[in-house]
Amino acid sequence: MQKPAAREKFKPLASEPAPIGLIGPIGWVRANLFNGWFNSFLTIICVAFLGVIIPPFCSWMFFDAVWFGDSETCRAASGACWTFIGHKLQVFLIGPYPTSEIWRPAAAAVLLAALILATTLRLGNKYFLVILWLLYPCAAYFLINGGWFLPRVDQSRWGGLMLSIGLALVGILVSVPLGILLALGRRSRIIAVKSLCVGIIEPIRGVPLITILFMASVMMPLFLPEHLQINNMLRVQIGIILFSSAYMAEVVRGGLQAVPRGQIEAATALGLNYWKMNYLVVIPQALRNVLPSLIGRCIALFKDTSLVIIVGLLDFLGAAKAAAQDSNWLGYDAEAYVFCALIYWVICFGMSRYGRSIEARTTVHH
Amino acid sequence: MQRKFLNLFIQAGVAGAVAFVSWTLFQNTQANLEARNIASGFDFMSVESGLPINDSLLPYEPSDTYGYAFFIGVLNTLYVSLLGIFAATAIGVLIGCARVSSNWLVSRLAAVYVEILRNVPLLLTLFFTYVVVLASLPHPRASLNPFTGIFINNRGFYLPAPVPYAGFWCVTAAVLLSFLMIFIISRVSKRKRDETGKGLPTLMIGASLLVAVPSLTWILSAPVVDFEFAVLKGFNFRGGLVLRPEFSALMIGLVLYTAAFIAENVRSGIQSVNKGQVEAAKALGVKSSLTMRRIILPQALRVSIPATTNDYTSLVKNSSLAVAIGYPDMVSVGGTIIGQNDQAIEIIGLWMAVYLAINLVVSAIMNWLNAKVQVVER
Repeated sequence: MQKPAAREKFKPLASEPAPIGLIGPIGWVRANLFNGWFNSFLTIICVAFLGVIIPPFCSWMFFDAVWFGDSETCRAASGACWTFIGHKLQVFLIGPYPTSEIWRPAAAAVLLAALILATTLRLGNKYFLVILWLLYPCAAYFLINGGWFLPRVDQSRWGGLMLSIGLALVGILVSVPLGILLALGRRSRIIAVKSLCVGIIEPIRGVPLITILFMASVMMPLFLPEHLQINNMLRVQIGIILFSSAYMAEVVRGGLQAVPRGQIEAATALGLNYWKMNYLVVIPQALRNVLPSLIGRCIALFKDTSLVIIVGLLDFLGAAKAAAQDSNWLGYDAEAYVFCALIYWVICFGMSRYGRSIEARTTVHH
Repeated sequence: MQRKFLNLFIQAGVAGAVAFVSWTLFQNTQANLEARNIASGFDFMSVESGLPINDSLLPYEPSDTYGYAFFIGVLNTLYVSLLGIFAATAIGVLIGCARVSSNWLVSRLAAVYVEILRNVPLLLTLFFTYVVVLASLPHPRASLNPFTGIFINNRGFYLPAPVPYAGFWCVTAAVLLSFLMIFIISRVSKRKRDETGKGLPTLMIGASLLVAVPSLTWILSAPVVDFEFAVLKGFNFRGGLVLRPEFSALMIGLVLYTAAFIAENVRSGIQSVNKGQVEAAKALGVKSSLTMRRIILPQALRVSIPATTNDYTSLVKNSSLAVAIGYPDMVSVGGTIIGQNDQAIEIIGLWMAVYLAINLVVSAIMNWLNAKVQVVER
């Protein structure tokens, strides 16, 4: 038997790179767009659809659009007339608010922006921020409404994005605590309180906001005594708050139900009374449970403020509609609505993103 | 003892406060109504209305009463809600499935659709559809004519109106009959499968029944249906089935908006199903169509149905936005009545009653469905 002189050392083959079709962009396309005949078919349909839609859309929106100039330049162009938005920006933002007092809503807007920035960056103590948020509507109301040394501006001249944000902000700030109270009341063992809360929540949730707004606008003057009549805007704001509170209450109730009974029993065993127990133990957990739906309700409330146009207030959407009816700028409805949609979208999408970020931050991992 | 007393005290206090507030409101209302010379009660319902209503499902004349006009509005609300629920469900399920598709482009497009529609007010979508999209269609003389008998212009969509003969009802009966037969067969098949482990080819039998029985009836009862086409006369079309722009805009807006929400429910439902379930099914050799039908869907529906119930009820409530674009639904007609005779309390009361009733029915049906798909736990 012959023995190999020197056993050859095992040498693996040099590793090959993965086939070109499985890695890189080609691999990605094959895995995500053309895996199977059905997906390939769908991809082709989608590409064809985009091919038909995108070029005319882009040329209308950007390439053929008029960015500067006046209505004459717009009439000559085939694209969108964005200069119309520029000329009407004041109407969009503050409606018929007097031009001489324009610095006041601007100051309120700057304050709001600073407050939002401070909140999203989490500057300062959180109780301090809550107090600032509660003070802000009062300050903004003073700025915009006037009084003391500022000349008064009648509320019939409030409008535009300012009005939409104002209605939504006050609506949210008031309806969240009111909703919590209603939700607690609904879970109360005192039958009179419980039936009162159910009697408020369920009918409101069963009807559209428009009927509530009609009620606030048309029916409330009939309910109030002659010497106690309030203006239409405040009535509409009350309607919005009532409507939103009922929905908030249901959201909060879902959160309350998810708090384990043991928590309540432990709090009672520690000798906390009803309000302390709810404030320190139950409500923080309940709100954390339902934060996504709570943010969802806030977004819905902001979108819903667009309905006030039906009872005669000139909110952001109403201002867009009015701006498009100016006889110097006829036929630019598309631009007005696209701009309006863009702003609504940015605000709502921003709110939902912020909601998701606090949701991720406050989730407790047990 | 002290607690019981406190409890009783609060009860009495709340009841007293409610009674006092109601009484004050009632007094105020009485005084205000008297001061403004508004008669209360529903007597006005039998007065001739003089309201023009363009879209009505039943024959209507302005000389009819307020009550009948309001009833036409209620019918329109019901009609829009019902059609909207079906259409929104169909589109929503489609988009929701597209959202979880393994095809990147399809799922991105679906996400873009959902995020745009959900973050813009419905009223804006409605205005955009009504004022920009539908109004930019050509005028009647230059109508788009994609298929024979279908005309699209800025006055509406004109479709051929079906004129049913006696045979039509025979065919309808045949369709219903074949559904009944399919139901019985699936019952038999289920029992057989429970006993022997192998059922009948239900899908094949069902499909062939559904095709064969109605078409046979169609052939036997020859003149089934005729179509009346819209004809251009003067400046506009006459005859045919007309979908006016107000109706179309309302339907398009409502359906697209609600579909975005339903799509999200479908997506979260499908994503809530544990991945292990699908893998286990694959490991057991279950076909992929059967995996979808018997494993993913039943579990996904459990998550999707409660949220979708809410979306259905909001669709019904959102149909009231018809008032903004002038489709004569209940709110629109009622609003006009309030404008004419100030009977706000009665009309708003009626609105509330009808919406509550519709939503109770929708919730009842959906709760029944929900109870069927929930897991029965011991």
